[in-house]
This record gives sequence, structure tokens and C-alpha cells, in this order.
Amino acid sequence: MGKVKVATVWFSGCAGCHMSLLDIDEVLIDLAGRVEFCNSPITDLKVFPEGGVDVTLVEGAIGNEEQLELARTVRAKSKIVISLGDCAVTGNVPALRNGIPPRELIEEIYGTSRTTNGALPYEVVPRLLERVRPLHEVIPVDYFLHGCPPPAGLIAKAVLALLDGKTPELAGADLKFG
Amino acid sequence: MQREIHIEPVTRIEGHGKISVFLDEKGDVRDAQFHVTELRGFEKFCEGRTLWEMPGLTARICGICPVSHILASAKACDAILAVRIPRTAELLRRLMNLGQFVQSHALSFFYLSAPDFLLGWDADPATRNVVGLVAANPELARKGIRLRAFGQEVIDRLGGKRIHPAWAVPGGVHQPLSAENRAWIVSHLPEAKATILETLALYKKAFASAELRNLLGAFDSMYLGLVTPDGLWEHYTGVLRLVDMKGKAIVPALDPSQYATIIKEASEPWTYLKFPHYEPMGYPEGMYRVGPLGRVNVCDRFGTPMADRELEEFRAGEKKRSGRVFDYHYARLLEMLGAIEQMEVVLADASILSPHVRAEAGINELEGVGVHEAPRGTLIHHYHVDKNGVIEKANFIVSTGHNNLAMNRAVREIAKTYIKKGKVTEGILNRIEGGIRAYDPCLSCSVHAVGHMPLRLDIVEADGRRTTLCQE
Ligand code: SF4
Repeated sequence: MGKVKVATVWFSGCAGCHMSLLDIDEVLIDLAGRVEFCNSPITDLKVFPEGGVDVTLVEGAIGNEEQLELARTVRAKSKIVISLGDCAVTGNVPALRNGIPPRELIEEIYGTSRTTNGALPYEVVPRLLERVRPLHEVIPVDYFLHGCPPPAGLIAKAVLALLDGKTPELAGADLKFG
Repeated sequence: MQREIHIEPVTRIEGHGKISVFLDEKGDVRDAQFHVTELRGFEKFCEGRTLWEMPGLTARICGICPVSHILASAKACDAILAVRIPRTAELLRRLMNLGQFVQSHALSFFYLSAPDFLLGWDADPATRNVVGLVAANPELARKGIRLRAFGQEVIDRLGGKRIHPAWAVPGGVHQPLSAENRAWIVSHLPEAKATILETLALYKKAFASAELRNLLGAFDSMYLGLVTPDGLWEHYTGVLRLVDMKGKAIVPALDPSQYATIIKEASEPWTYLKFPHYEPMGYPEGMYRVGPLGRVNVCDRFGTPMADRELEEFRAGEKKRSGRVFDYHYARLLEMLGAIEQMEVVLADASILSPHVRAEAGINELEGVGVHEAPRGTLIHHYHVDKNGVIEKANFIVSTGHNNLAMNRAVREIAKTYIKKGKVTEGILNRIEGGIRAYDPCLSCSVHAVGHMPLRLDIVEADGRRTTLCQE
């Protein structure tokens, strides 16, 4: 059997879910034998491979136009999509800005009350969506791993089950938010 | 014909960013920009939350250095409670921060940057990562992984969780250290120290020549960081010092709560990351750098024997402070060594197991500033509250922000050095990204305001034709 192709992406989040993934520590070395890490913030592959991947782990909520577009690519290119952590699952902390119009947010943060020149970032950078949304509101999601971040053991358990062709069984403490 | 080259996203950094390089008619580099492309808006949505939630909430600015935000926030809250936290609480906060220095620097060094210099700048992008490192040098990779794990475990042993521990609170910390956990940490210090010493020796051998150390360019700038009142390396309290390239103090010892008298922020339309600068010199002339190289350049000494010997060697034969971008990696190793030595001191303190770790108080001041050193540099939380402790205004200046001007400068310099006559290879683009990686920017932090930094390299030709190298 060939190696299982795994990609990871991050949207509006804090990178903590990716850190929790790295917190599997030396299990990473064992995984390296069974998994081919494709595009991910921790590799240099910047696009999805031609033939797509088996599993994509998604950290973070959908907060801007670029993320929305990439989420659709993730779905089109992945057999299995996993919402990794509370931001992807519920919107969590990034969704606290919902209710504040993006223009107001930007004017408050970059305006002259807080900066010397008041230049507003509307060029090159992706436009903010009106509302931050959990991943499954914009694309179908196959599995949800709760937690802020999900503990490393939970991530390992889910990924290892999938590698064995099984459905991860999550119950009890594995379903805890926060 | 002018061109723009886009690198997007910049990979093996913590967050979303992209780079644009602008070429002139001859294909030489006219300018380059580093864009941070995400924004979440913490400064705004923290308004209306209570003080007590702030450490836990602002931890979510960054999952790589959550401890930094938890501690800066708790310190701002201490100021609002107007309490002096128990001595043991301060020692424990220091211990956790030192654990975080080790885990974060190990992550930056082994997981994110070592693939460039151990596997090669032009190595196959498919394997130029930590997994490739595991395959090429399993022994070293395992040690690097265990070193990061040690730092994470220190955080876990203190706070009950590796990432986002709900532990430091306004007035102190939530739980004392148990004898068992102290013993665990003490027993694992030697292995961590040995790994750092071995890596440092390897590094010094591999990058002995000036040419190699200049790989990512060098330029003059000021440096900012905390030092003790005696000028020693400091990460938790102390005074702010700003020095020039000679190490001479421009600002010798500023009370950190007065940061706003020297630092102001500017913004640009093409990035979500603001540009802090030294206000008396204006923008962009007031560029300074923070982080490992910043602290190492700002301090007189570490104050612990092994790190001091290494620092002496680092400075030997130099007429001025290092302005080399690549030396950030060297400084990171020096700091890990210093951090381990400081942990030894803290853990040996007679009061480290004391159960008195929290001062209780209500709202006694309506404004508070918390400043300390995160692995990536000086971190500032500044809150205004009403009499019930509800946040009316919050301001954050994160470590990566301080380096924004310098990162843009580094990208420009490296691009100018390597891109000639419009010739660009993947390896060259990777070197440009390497310039960013050296600063170990935390794009999660930097886009606390609204989001992350995506990285993307755009090449725009004079006729407006654009080539984008990006990571979807
Ligand atoms: S779920 Fe928590 S740890 Fe994960 S990205 Fe969101 S805030 Fe960070």
C-alpha cells in the first residue's frame, strides 16, 4: 500500500491546532513512514498535488475571501476533510468579531487614533467576510475534532484510525470543547 | 519591461504571509514587500469583555506562544489590580516563560528553518521539511523533537495543558508547582542542555565563515529589548533598552509602562501588519529589531556562566553588534542555553514549591500595561477598563510587528542580491522566504488585529504582467 497523502491548512485560527498536531512528538517519526505530508504550512509544497490528497486537516474558521476560495479547493481535492479544533468547528474566538462591520473594524484598528498615518489596508490583502463562519457552513465536512486545541492524543487517535481504514470513534472526553 | 514576482504563501513560518518583488526594465529588483494577509480583530472585539477573561482570550492570539500572551495579559491585569504578586508566582511565571522559549526556539530551529541549512536551500521542496530532516538525520531530528517536547512539557507540568493553559491569572498563578513536577523538570534538564550544546557546536562549525553568516544579508538597525536594571539579559521584568549598532544605549532604561512615549505604529494599505517604529526618528527611519538577536545585542551579558562564554565567542572580533539576519538562528541557540541555565536557578529557589501564588484584589486602577519578552521579542498588552473591570480599549504590540520594517528590508536585500536580469529559481525564492523565516515571525500574533499573514510571491512585469508563486 502506498503512503497516505495528508495535507493541512490554516485559516482564521491561532496556529495552536497545528502545534497540537506537532505535539504528537516522536509519533511524528513513526507517521513519517506511513504518511506523505503534502501541502502544509510546515512543508514547502504550496499547492495541492495534481491527484488530490486522502485527508486534509483544517485549522481555523473562514474569515476572508481567500480562505473561502481555498476551502472550496480543499473540498474538491480531498477525499476526507477534518475540521481540526473549535475555530473550524464553531467559529470560536475569531467569530467574536461577528456583529462588527469589517469596515468599522479596520477603521478602528488602522485609523489615526491608533497609527501615525492612518493608512487602511484595502490593497493586496484579502477582503474580510462580513461574518466569520465555521468550516461546515461553507463546505461539507467529514469529521470534527473538538478542543481549543484538540489534544495531541485525540488527533493521533483519529489520524491513526483513518490510516487503518477505520472510522474514528470519538466519545466522552473526546467531545469536549475548549 | 517591469515584472512582479509573488511568493505565496511563505511556508515554514507561523501564519499567513506573502512576498511581492518588483523588477525594473532590466529585470533587477526595484522593491519588495512582505504582506501579512490575515486579520482577526482582537483589539476591537476584546472591548466589552471583562478583565478576568483576558489572559484566556488573548492566549488565542497565538497557539505557538500562547504563554507570552497569557503572561503579558496577566501582567497588564496585575497593574489594574495594583498588586505585587507573590514571589513564588513570579518565579513560576518565569519558569513557564523559559519553557516556552525552549519549545518555541526549538520549533523555529529544527522544524521550520533547519531543513534549509541542513538539507540545502535548493533541496527538493517536496522533502525540504521536518519529515525530510527525519529521513536525512534521524538522530538530530529526534533530539530536536524531544527538545521542543521538553519545553512543552514544562508548560504542561505547570499549567495542566501544553497549549492555552488556563493558569496565569490576574494577581499570580492558579496553581503551585508540585514536588513531583519539579523533580521531573529537574531530571530532564541535562538532556535538554546536552542537545543545545551539541547543536550549537554543530552550528558554529557549519557556519564559521563570514560569508555563510552573511547568507541572508546584513544591515544596520537599532535593537530593542528588556534588560535587568544591571544590563543583563531579561525576559519577564526589567527595563526597556534601545541600542544602536555599537551597543550604545539610545534609550537606556525606560519603565516598560511608558513604552508609548517612544514607540508609535504606522500602517500601510498592502498589509494587515502594522509598523511600530521609534517615534523620535519617525517612520520608516525609526526601524529597530527585536527577538533573539535583539535581546542578545541589547544585553551586556546573560548572567549565567555557559551562555556568557558563548556570548563572548559570538561577539569576539566584531567591531559592532551583529546586523546579520542569519545570526537570528545563532542567537536563538544562545538563548536556549541561557534559558536552561536560568531554569536551573529558578528550580533551585527555596520558595519554588510555596503554595502562596496569588494575590487577590479588585479593580484599583483603570489602566494597565503588561510588557515582557516573548520568544520572538518584546510583547506589549495595554488595557483601559471601567470601574467594573470591563475592557474599554485594548492595544497589543506583538513581537513580529516590531520586526515588520526589518523583515521588509531583509526581503528587499535578499531579492536584490540573488535576482539579476529577471532570472529567478525556486531556490532563490526559498532564500527570500528564508530571510523571513530567520525572524521566525508569528503571523498568528501579527494578525491578532484581524487575522493571519498569508505569504505569496508576486512577480509583476513592467507591462503589468503578473506571475504568482503561491501556496493555495
Ligand atoms: S481552536 Fe483554539 S487552538 Fe485551534 S486555532 Fe482556534 S484558537 Fe487556536
